[in-house]
Amino acid sequence: MAPDIAPQPAPAPAAQDLKLTLQSPLVLQSGVTLSPVTLAYQTYGTLNAARSNCVLICHALTMDQYVASQHPITGKPGWWGDLVGPGKAIDTERFFVVCANVLGGCMGSTGPKEISPATGKPWGLQFPVITIRDMVQAQAKLLDYLGVDKLFCVTGGSMGAMQVLEWATRYPERVFTAVPIAGSYRHSAQNIAFHEVGRQAIMADPDWSHGNYLAENKIPKRGLAVARMAAHITYLSETALHQKFGRRLQDRETLTYGFDADFQVESYLRHQGYTFVDRFDANSYLYITRAMDYFDLAQENDGILSNAFKGTPVRYCLISFSSDWLFPTEESRAIVRALNAVAANVSFVEVKSDKGHDAFLLDEPEFHQTLQGFIDGSAEICGLPPRQVRGPKS
Amino acid sequence: MNVSETIKSPPPRIRVDLQQVADLVPPGSRVLDVGCGDGTLLAYLTRFKQVDGRGLELSMAKVRAAVSHGLPVIQGNLETDLKDYPAGAFDYVILSQTLQATLNPRNVMEELLRVGKRAIVSFPNFGHWRVRVSVMFGGRMPVTPMLSDAWFETPNIHLCTVSDFIDLCRLMKVQIEAGFALDTHGQRLGFAATDRRANLFSEQALFVLTRP
Repeated sequence: MAPDIAPQPAPAPAAQDLKLTLQSPLVLQSGVTLSPVTLAYQTYGTLNAARSNCVLICHALTMDQYVASQHPITGKPGWWGDLVGPGKAIDTERFFVVCANVLGGCMGSTGPKEISPATGKPWGLQFPVITIRDMVQAQAKLLDYLGVDKLFCVTGGSMGAMQVLEWATRYPERVFTAVPIAGSYRHSAQNIAFHEVGRQAIMADPDWSHGNYLAENKIPKRGLAVARMAAHITYLSETALHQKFGRRLQDRETLTYGFDADFQVESYLRHQGYTFVDRFDANSYLYITRAMDYFDLAQENDGILSNAFKGTPVRYCLISFSSDWLFPTEESRAIVRALNAVAANVSFVEVKSDKGHDAFLLDEPEFHQTLQGFIDGSAEICGLPPRQVRGPKS
Repeated sequence: MNVSETIKSPPPRIRVDLQQVADLVPPGSRVLDVGCGDGTLLAYLTRFKQVDGRGLELSMAKVRAAVSHGLPVIQGNLETDLKDYPAGAFDYVILSQTLQATLNPRNVMEELLRVGKRAIVSFPNFGHWRVRVSVMFGGRMPVTPMLSDAWFETPNIHLCTVSDFIDLCRLMKVQIEAGFALDTHGQRLGFAATDRRANLFSEQALFVLTRP
């Protein structure tokens, strides 16, 4: 087919920075009352008259609300731009898509970098510890405001998957389908260990100043960069790292017998670390990693995960990636077992990929097909209109 | 036949043997299809019999195909994963042409009838005359339309005859609600699987079982 007669996809939706300040204070899981609470969010598409076509996307640790629009700081396209948009798996021509920066985040939602009303200074470590449940509770209030009683779908990867599980178990009557991707029902000891390395790196940076760096006009760049470097390794598989870099040297013919970035992989990680600092707040990193560490859906239910799902009307679809060692397939399978134990409606697919945990953010056709198939099938059951087939007019 | 066709286009035609199974399932039942493949039967039952259906399938490639068509299917092994389901979770549990390939058929039967109020089980009949002739006069393991693999590559490690199966049901105190003698294609022969002729003349058999 000649390119000039191919149907033109509708343009990607433009970012429209939206903010909601909640009318009432938020009582956190810790018992602390937080006020005021603001959520920064993006929406795409239009809510239908029946208010039945809303898809909530929950973002991962270092992502934000710019799921399908250009990032205001990095200028990069949306982190799920391949999946969310007109005619895509999460079709913004059919669905009203909402994505909010999590509570504790640093892209406009209330978090440690925002100004505390009590002191008139950035919250810093005075910000209360928040949990996945708190994030979800805040999102629920946002949906109340948007007039969405019931989500057609809640989905997200990694920490997003934790929020999906929290949503589907805390508000089962508000969720039609839940799609936790590359996630777990609790953080493992290894997960917590890696997060602790990151937090210690940040706190060891003298510029962190016990969390008061913003008031002192400093930024703990080195600490946050090291945290990012360590975490980034956990997002990739050994195969992916080896294929991408091997032992190749960076801009040089031989070893320098020093501690410069001789290897490409070193240079890559340093780049990852230093670019991260420009878009992420170090204290937010501490708070959000803590929220993930505290998440344990089994423990909340007397140690029996299936209790969390008893009588659930929610249709679940779990997706994992074969080379993900941060949230291995076995974690998703444990959730599937718990759902089977209550005979819940569940689909489960492990996608073959060598890209590690990051696969959920990358162009993995098998993953995209699975998600699209599940969403289209569920939309039909939910009585939503089918996908518009794009093709040349004959 | 591809699954999307069953989902999208009304007049459905599925494989004869699958149709035989589908005809036994009352509309609106809760069904678990064990070894559901790409979900052809499940799609048919969901769409045209409004069943609340689930699938369990060993092959991840087939699971992906089924889920990509919107079917609730999980990857798993029937010999280890049926135990996850609560007792009586389904009205019907379907096991089509797979029992003979399991490590422990009796155990599998127990699990089918624990998880489901009824089980629909089909298998190739090793008592068919063609099998007998093949061993008796050929002196070699049979290769027939129903049993198309050579002995060294067949997945069928626990083949049985219709009579063997009926004996097992008796041993397990399982009630046979219905039994159909089928030809190679899955068409019904003119007699029941419990009829004396079935052990010699049916290529395969299809049973509806329950625990009294």
